[in-house]
Amino acid sequence: MRGSLIIKMPDNNNKIGNGDYLDFEEKVAELDRQIEELRRLSSIKGIGYFAEIRRLQREQVTELKRVYSNLTAWQTVQVARHPKRPLLPDYLDLMVKDFRELHGDRCFGDDRAIITGFGQIGREKVLIVGQNKGKNTKEKIACNFGCPNPEGYRKALSKMKFAEKYGIPVVTLVDTPGAHPGIGAEQRGQAQAIAVNLMEMSRLRVPVICVCIGEGGSGGALGIGVADKLAMLEFAYYSVISPEGCAAILWRDGSQAPDAAEALKLTSGDLYKLELVDAVISEPLGGAHRNVRDTVYNVEKYIVKTLRDLKRTKIDNLLESRYRKLRLIGKCSVTSDSAKSKPGKAKIKSTIKAVPTKSRRIPAKV
Amino acid sequence: MAKETKSKWNGFSLKPRKEMPEGLWMRCPACEHMLYRSAVEENLNVCPECNHHFRIEAATRIKYLADEGSFQEVLGDLTAEDKLGFKFRDTTYKQRLKAEEKKSGAKEAMRIGKAFIKGRGVVLGVMEPNFLMGSMGAVVGEKFCVAVDKAIEETLPLVVVCCSGGARMHEGVVSLGQMAKTSATLAKFDEAGGLYISVLTDPTTGGVTASFAMLGDCLIAEPGALIGFAGPRTIAETIKVELPEGFQTAEFLLERGFLDMIVHRKDLRSEIARLIDYCGR
Repeated sequence: MRGSLIIKMPDNNNKIGNGDYLDFEEKVAELDRQIEELRRLSSIKGIGYFAEIRRLQREQVTELKRVYSNLTAWQTVQVARHPKRPLLPDYLDLMVKDFRELHGDRCFGDDRAIITGFGQIGREKVLIVGQNKGKNTKEKIACNFGCPNPEGYRKALSKMKFAEKYGIPVVTLVDTPGAHPGIGAEQRGQAQAIAVNLMEMSRLRVPVICVCIGEGGSGGALGIGVADKLAMLEFAYYSVISPEGCAAILWRDGSQAPDAAEALKLTSGDLYKLELVDAVISEPLGGAHRNVRDTVYNVEKYIVKTLRDLKRTKIDNLLESRYRKLRLIGKCSVTSDSAKSKPGKAKIKSTIKAVPTKSRRIPAKV
Repeated sequence: MAKETKSKWNGFSLKPRKEMPEGLWMRCPACEHMLYRSAVEENLNVCPECNHHFRIEAATRIKYLADEGSFQEVLGDLTAEDKLGFKFRDTTYKQRLKAEEKKSGAKEAMRIGKAFIKGRGVVLGVMEPNFLMGSMGAVVGEKFCVAVDKAIEETLPLVVVCCSGGARMHEGVVSLGQMAKTSATLAKFDEAGGLYISVLTDPTTGGVTASFAMLGDCLIAEPGALIGFAGPRTIAETIKVELPEGFQTAEFLLERGFLDMIVHRKDLRSEIARLIDYCGR
């Protein structure tokens, strides 16, 4: 039994209700209505409209393919925030066997926005650290809409240290709009909690895999997101600031969020091109919210495979390559450095000039 | 608790920040006194009336902190690249960078180098508040890491004066990654047994606080400095509650146990030197 995490098994094909269509899915919604209508008619009249229905379904599939293969950045954000998008409990249910939740940061409290516990993915024992947004209003309030407080980050770290002690790999699932900006959070040191997590996760002596399953909101996401392998779901986003926040600051108008989303390059495709994520996990047709099981299965497949690879590597090499990887983020070279751009004699001259200054010590003035 | 507090004090940046007026005289934004500019400058840019610490640019900070002429800058020419091709309104990030360079006279939001503080050799990093709010982009992250590398290489203590609005959003996730990068490098420094003194000045917020600023072995803050994760305006807008007086100041953080000490600007040099004597090799 799982206590507070019991949820209904999701249907294989997540039922998309009337209010669940995003505004760029008008045609899909219309086709769904037509199919529904035909089904209703066929049950009343006893005539099978199968051929018609199949034609409409085919049309819908083409439409979904068309829409979802060229989503704009802002549309991706909307998909990532879709109310029916699979959340942490879905993953725990469908992917993790024998989940044992571990509570509390031994210091202040038990943050429900970050859930930690041991479980099995495939045949591997792992520690799961995941951010939870909550399915219904009650859960949403309990876990603060997925915005963790400092105690959540401290809980995550203490459990990761526990796992490190016994050599259990860590899998983190990121899904948060950002760390909670509140009075209590500041009083308890939100920044310090995240900073310590970043430092300690970078030298955790077990393999760490991070998958961004929905929203990757700034420092709040990064606080459990330093990993050997960082993967993203196709329509998840990862950003330094929410598009709305960025628009409010740079455009001085929060409603310019679509432009900001475009500029921030926050989609999985863009980030993959920038070599900031290691892998993009594909989502089923029409986004994760249309087929929860397949989404979770894809994530599971990725985690199992990556874990197998990472476990083969010696831990010291793994740590070294994790550090190298982090150091390469935004690596900048000196383009205007004189020594590099000067040819031949000038270069030698400047090198000779540079040498004595290196060893010269400046007398100290007290 | 927060709801009950009703004071006229309404947070740090809820009002537009008053720029220092040009000329001989200036008004202190904290106590509203008219001050003679050169008197303030002589007093290390601290208001003689109320001890308000003005924001100072990196060059002035280095002058106050390091022994005269001892600062040897490293990577001074490193400039930011626009990896994202960031465009906003009718400008681009590149144009903005040029404008900032012209405005502040600095090339980036951080300067690093070797220096001496009261005769003790250190690797010194100073952030530039006038350059895009001292925000951390790839260059700041890289410079910080190079400073750490230097400190490890030469077994010197690392002193970094933080002054930043956070991660630079024009660089997207690249700037977010700098948080992880600097923290990971500090982990190496920690393992090498180096001493890292982090000096937090007004303002230190966002991604910088949530990475290298808070990871110092010793955390020193200037009086009244704004230090926090989320900006006061963000908090006020999100939770729709009036913020308590003195929220997110250095004094507030000291009380909550997140700082080692608050040090007046005039004592900073001697205080850092003393700490190095205690811990340095």
